[in-house]
Amino acid sequence: MQIEFNAEELNEVQYHISKYPEKKAALMPVLWMAQKKWGWLSIDVMKYVADLLELSLAHVEGVASFYTMYFKKPMGKYHIQVCTNVSCMLRKGDVIYKHVSEKLGIKHNERTEDGLYSLEEVECMGACGGAPMIAVNEDFYENMDIPQVDEIIGNLK
Amino acid sequence: MSGNYPKLLLPDIPNLHKLDVYVANGGYEQFRKAVKMTSDEVINEVKASKLRGRGGACFPTGLKWSFMPKGNDKPKYLAINGDESEPGSFKDRQIFEYNPHQLIEGILIAGYAMGIKSAYIYIRGEYHKWVNLMQEAVNEAYSAGYVGEKMKEKFGCNYSVDIYVHKGAGAYICGEETSLMNSLEGDRGYPRFKPPFPAQVGLWKMPTTINNVETIATVPAIFRIGPSEFAKIGAAGHPGTLLFGVSGHVNKPGVYELPTGFPLKDLIYDICGGVPGNKNIKAIIPGGSSMPPLRGDEIEGVLMDEEFLKTIGTHIGTGGVMVMDEDTDIVAVTRRIAHFYHHESCGQCTPCREGCGWMEKILKRIEKGDGTRQDLDLLLSVCDNIEGNTICALGDAAAWPVRGFVKKFRDEFESRVQDNRTFQALNVVHGKRDTADSLVFAN
Repeated sequence: MQIEFNAEELNEVQYHISKYPEKKAALMPVLWMAQKKWGWLSIDVMKYVADLLELSLAHVEGVASFYTMYFKKPMGKYHIQVCTNVSCMLRKGDVIYKHVSEKLGIKHNERTEDGLYSLEEVECMGACGGAPMIAVNEDFYENMDIPQVDEIIGNLK
Repeated sequence: MSGNYPKLLLPDIPNLHKLDVYVANGGYEQFRKAVKMTSDEVINEVKASKLRGRGGACFPTGLKWSFMPKGNDKPKYLAINGDESEPGSFKDRQIFEYNPHQLIEGILIAGYAMGIKSAYIYIRGEYHKWVNLMQEAVNEAYSAGYVGEKMKEKFGCNYSVDIYVHKGAGAYICGEETSLMNSLEGDRGYPRFKPPFPAQVGLWKMPTTINNVETIATVPAIFRIGPSEFAKIGAAGHPGTLLFGVSGHVNKPGVYELPTGFPLKDLIYDICGGVPGNKNIKAIIPGGSSMPPLRGDEIEGVLMDEEFLKTIGTHIGTGGVMVMDEDTDIVAVTRRIAHFYHHESCGQCTPCREGCGWMEKILKRIEKGDGTRQDLDLLLSVCDNIEGNTICALGDAAAWPVRGFVKKFRDEFESRVQDNRTFQALNVVHGKRDTADSLVFAN
């Protein structure tokens, strides 16, 4: 697979570089772009980003591995995140997590064999008023119970 | 009932997130007013309002601004902290969604007061939707000439500031101001030593001020009602309105804007409709998971402002109130909190990296019923060895709740531990003898 941004994306990279006084600062936004395009950050992708921003691969890998939202292995098409932190736990978020884990047969940061789902037990997502919450990719679902979670997962195809 | 209190941040105006609605309701007029003053006068107004930071440390905002060096001989930066990762805290997201232009106007005023040309709004990565909403508002302000080079013409002034939205990628530690700066610079979010303080050496080694989203969004309201009026709202030592995020066992969880010094009991029973099933309250965390908890029987007369909470051994934090009813397993909650800090420790300082791990391990075995009475004192000793021995406050944030829960709910912890632990180990060599029986060590 050719790992390269297209012309439009390279313009976006230039925009991110222009926001900061130093090129290095564009790393996080560019990693976000890369993850969106390729799904996860393989060594090849990180090498490409490092070359693009004139950084060492070690630095890029260091940053990518520091932040939990950058995937260092392929994740499912639908990345299901279940919060089990205190506010959600008080409202049975931990029960929902166990349920989803058993239903999909995967554990924290694992992916189903068909590549459709992955699961993550996340720390507080800032939706405590709507606890318990889950998120699928970028969308939050609040005030969940097990039947609703089943319905949401059932609709992901 | 909540309608009777001043709404400075989240007024009940539909579509306020749109620029035209915000302008029609007096938006950007406060910057117009501020830019006619000198920068020192603006800072003095904020000082007079007695506004204190809303991110947890409650540092006086005007004083913080006055630490920035004067003059324009080198670039200065403003970073707006919207990392909002404290468990129990979900207030800034309301500002991004319902009143983003008030935040932008606050940035204009703050930027003008400190002579800042570039401001970065750092929003946690999980808030995809709110990053987009905030970016939309910034774009709208740019195209209408309220931000950037064109604002000179719009406001007839000689000042302009650029605003950028920066998206994090999932790290609690980036809510710590020096870690946030490293993250903005494209590094791992490791906290930096202080001193030098950010006002001297901050972003890209230049003078930098870091303020919470809610703090900056409050600034236009101070200019609107006047600093002396603002200082009269709520508690005298910590005035203004606060966004309280109430979660856990209450009937109506959510974010409520109320004056500081609001009675905790009224917040839970009047504003949030009490506890489901009319159960008793066992514990309350008043300001996000880092803050020492209160017992349910301690809430009578408690006022929600920093000065009052300090007198009873806890803090207002980010105003994230977590309510736990009588059936809550306190050991499990404490273990979950310890797990969080273990997960989020950046790993830079040994006491925090190792200590948080040990706290979680010990709490896990207590929860399973394998803990001993000595483990409780061991936990407290681990807390003592973390607190104050780390570069940033994450260590303290990890130690405070664990110590608080163990001390305040000692009875519950004790009921879960054994007096002594029995180690059973199979001695491999010994096991080969016909006469072998398992060895038992009692400690």
